[in-house]
Amino acid sequence: MSSLNTLTLADAREALRSGDTTSAALTRACLDAVEAASALNAVVHPTPDLAMQQAEAADARLKAGDAPSLCGIPLGIKDLFCTRGVASQAASGILEGFRPEYESTVTTQLFEAGAVMVGKLNMDEFAMGSSNETSVYGNVVNPWRRGNDDTALTPGGSSGGSAAAVAADLCLGATGTDTGGSIRQPAAFVGITGLKPTYGRCSRWGIIAFASSLDQAGPMAKTVRDCAILLQAMAGHDPNDSTSADLAVPDFEAMLTGDIRGKTIGIPKEYRMDGMPDEIEALWTEGRTMLEDAGAKIVDISLPHTKYALPAYYVIAPAEASSNLARYDGVRYGHRAKLGQGDGITEMYEKTRAEGFGAEVKRRVMIGTYVLSAGFYDAYYNRARKVRTLIKKDFEDVFAQGVDAILTPATPSAAFPLGQEFDDPVQMYLNDVFTVTVNLAGLPGIAVPAGLDRQGLPLGLQLIGKPWEEGELLNIAQTIEDRAGFVAKPAKWW
Amino acid sequence: MLDLTYEAPKPRVIAGATGDWELVIGLEVHAQVASKAKLFSGASTQFGAEPNSNVAFVDAAMPGMLPVINEGCVALAVKMGLGLKAKINLTSAFDRKNYFYPDLPQGYQISQLYHPIVGEGEVIVDMAPGVARRVRIERIHLEQDAGKSIHDMDPHMSFVDLNRTGVALMEIVSRPDIRGPEEAAAYVVKLRQILRYLGTCDGNMQNGNLRADVNVSVCRPGDYEKYQATQDFSHLGTRCEIKNMNSMRFIQQAIEYEARRQIALLEDGKSVIQETRLYDPDKGETRSMRSKEEAHDYRYFPCPDLLPLEIEQAWVDEIAASLPELPDAKKVRFVTDFGMTEYDASVLTADVESAAYFEEVARGRDGKAAANWVINELFGRLKKEGHEIGESPMTARQLGGILDLIASDAISGKIAKELFEIVYTEGGDPAAIVEARGMTQVTDTGAIEAAVDEVIAANPAQVEKAKANPKLAGWFVGQVMKATGGKANPAAVNQIVAARLGL
Repeated sequence: MSSLNTLTLADAREALRSGDTTSAALTRACLDAVEAASALNAVVHPTPDLAMQQAEAADARLKAGDAPSLCGIPLGIKDLFCTRGVASQAASGILEGFRPEYESTVTTQLFEAGAVMVGKLNMDEFAMGSSNETSVYGNVVNPWRRGNDDTALTPGGSSGGSAAAVAADLCLGATGTDTGGSIRQPAAFVGITGLKPTYGRCSRWGIIAFASSLDQAGPMAKTVRDCAILLQAMAGHDPNDSTSADLAVPDFEAMLTGDIRGKTIGIPKEYRMDGMPDEIEALWTEGRTMLEDAGAKIVDISLPHTKYALPAYYVIAPAEASSNLARYDGVRYGHRAKLGQGDGITEMYEKTRAEGFGAEVKRRVMIGTYVLSAGFYDAYYNRARKVRTLIKKDFEDVFAQGVDAILTPATPSAAFPLGQEFDDPVQMYLNDVFTVTVNLAGLPGIAVPAGLDRQGLPLGLQLIGKPWEEGELLNIAQTIEDRAGFVAKPAKWW
Repeated sequence: MLDLTYEAPKPRVIAGATGDWELVIGLEVHAQVASKAKLFSGASTQFGAEPNSNVAFVDAAMPGMLPVINEGCVALAVKMGLGLKAKINLTSAFDRKNYFYPDLPQGYQISQLYHPIVGEGEVIVDMAPGVARRVRIERIHLEQDAGKSIHDMDPHMSFVDLNRTGVALMEIVSRPDIRGPEEAAAYVVKLRQILRYLGTCDGNMQNGNLRADVNVSVCRPGDYEKYQATQDFSHLGTRCEIKNMNSMRFIQQAIEYEARRQIALLEDGKSVIQETRLYDPDKGETRSMRSKEEAHDYRYFPCPDLLPLEIEQAWVDEIAASLPELPDAKKVRFVTDFGMTEYDASVLTADVESAAYFEEVARGRDGKAAANWVINELFGRLKKEGHEIGESPMTARQLGGILDLIASDAISGKIAKELFEIVYTEGGDPAAIVEARGMTQVTDTGAIEAAVDEVIAANPAQVEKAKANPKLAGWFVGQVMKATGGKANPAAVNQIVAARLGL
């Protein structure tokens, strides 16, 4: 049983329930894998002692026949989630040494469902980035490499640590958060499944905020079924989050029937971008065929305001971020700069924030401050909000026409080398081109691995669903997973 | 119900070197909502607690914490709006006002710039009987208070107390309808009265639970009327805002100073710069806090952590049905039902406790007499000792008992005042005291006749004088009252003295 950590979450659940293995053994296997994977830099705050305690408690529950859905399952938690007594820094220097006295709602629910935490996972600073290179802990390295080329590749971002940890079998699943594609793009880059739920499905309470109207937590796992199991535990109404929806959470796993006959899948023409690699184009066509073969009806649709989504996103998200990050001022917690003789409060703010934030965070805080400032507010922020409304309406229109889900590529490319786009923010922002619309419209979106490119790197497809229809979305994604038969794993080099 | 009719007071006019000037004033009053918990957290709002002890994670802006609206605060804001006959907005929304300060942990204040919960209303500001100013209310919005920075505890460090952080405030914004310093103070007094009647704010200005920002400008006679006709602000002068006033006296002093400062500038050929100023009560002057150029760019935008606040008309109706009688209505009723003057009605309705006290005294008794005793005797006595009505040692029942003894002729007015003093200082049942101490008025004619005869017999010279000059009969009355210890019925004494002297 040396490869317990390579089990899917669903298989591990069965093995635990049947007594074939124990959470202690499973957790130990994951902790060993974490220890051996320092080259990936995916787990930045390992919590082995906590994990073993949780595992033993889970084993006791399993033995007692009281085994909730995630009982004994080792997970990784993105550093953006506040976890009681465990470093929670949003991969930022400004939260140096911050250990919250509270537990986020999502992780509370996961632990109540019996989950075990192997550690906190690397990410882009404050979830701002698409390559995991803005982290104060340094970048994560993608477990995948091109053929025989050992160039280090990005795992994507911002949930790059979550993506790499799951792909490298350091844990059986992970939490991610997605503000503009931060779950789906890294999931696609490492060949796993990642779901961004409908805005309001998972509580944001205790998750360090980037852009409040866009942030949403979601599962990242090895299979669609594993995502369904994780989402079940993560989702639900939270009176502590005014934007969380007071809706019943359906049994997502039970909805994975694999039967999508009669479903209508839209293919939006605006997602066919100039200069898109032909491999992505081909994969998209394959996905279309898979769904058609499974009995779905495919229709060509138009989402006419798509091209305005990225610029609108890069106004709204920084605007909210500039305000959300104002609290990091060195007064109450986290980093505070050493002050010189005669320095006052203004110098304390300036030095603390200059030292504590990385370049990308500063860039977005400045953009956000600018677009909200007097005289520019209407031209930028208000306009972007109007665009957002139009984008939402684009989706509402096609859903009203009978479309059940929309199929698009997940990313405009496969994982790229670390450093390649780091100095070109605009190029970097283009990574989100297929994913931001979903956040702006508050819809659920899922990235599913569907194939490999010529260099052996995974490529993903994205499905976009109707609000609150994660179950249906997962079922359609299951069809792609079944038909694509994606079983490739990165060759272990670390 | 009758409405009292008012005429508007004359605006305050200041004579300058180049002619007369008038004042135009608008106020933004910040009233702490009388809620036990904060606007977006469950932390207590108790005044005077140990520093930083009433602080929830969200108040301290810990990472990942989110605000959740306190329904109780919303209800109180709606109640206040209804009390000002204002429009209640069933949909309102919260915005963030962004600026950096250590006592503002979030780096923004959650407020309602674009969509306040309460729209236009009005306040009738009483200046004198028959004279009142109608001040239009532009809006009331809910917002968070900031914490407190303390700079004088240490030469090198500042301290922050977050107890007040996140406490709910109602900002009540008036139109520039106030025309003088006294009116401004009277406006705050009236608002405070309404707040306290409704129980929406305790009105404690010393604790900072009621504070005002005062906008002052000056214009030439006639200009204000042009503004009123068109609502075009260009007819008015440039205004300055005097921040954070928490005393009626300072409000008046600051306005007076500020108006004269502006007039001096204008008459000097200079212009008034729109800016925020602070009043220094020690020096009696306002000084610039920050100019328009230095003004913060607050970068207001809708708070993405909160959904628009939707309330139901039925809920508003429920609150409306629970509104107590408000000061204006109560005053009218006192004038109509008890036949008292508007002045007396104003005094008695100044606060809800006084009005309730009076009504209990007046119940089943003569209203005018009750008003008289409550205002002149009780309030006078309380004021002498610096007591509030709530601290009165004499209950309304006791005072009513004294009034009953007067009404039944059991005691004279003079004795009643003595009795009042005894009950006030020693307590007890008035009737029992009168009985025990033999204070009952003598109405027995025989006893009075005997006393009169005795006085007449002892003072033959005075009798002669009185017969010549009937006005001197009063001397005999006085002697008889003295002899009977003030207990003789004065009317009976008068009558018998006159008869015995043959007047």
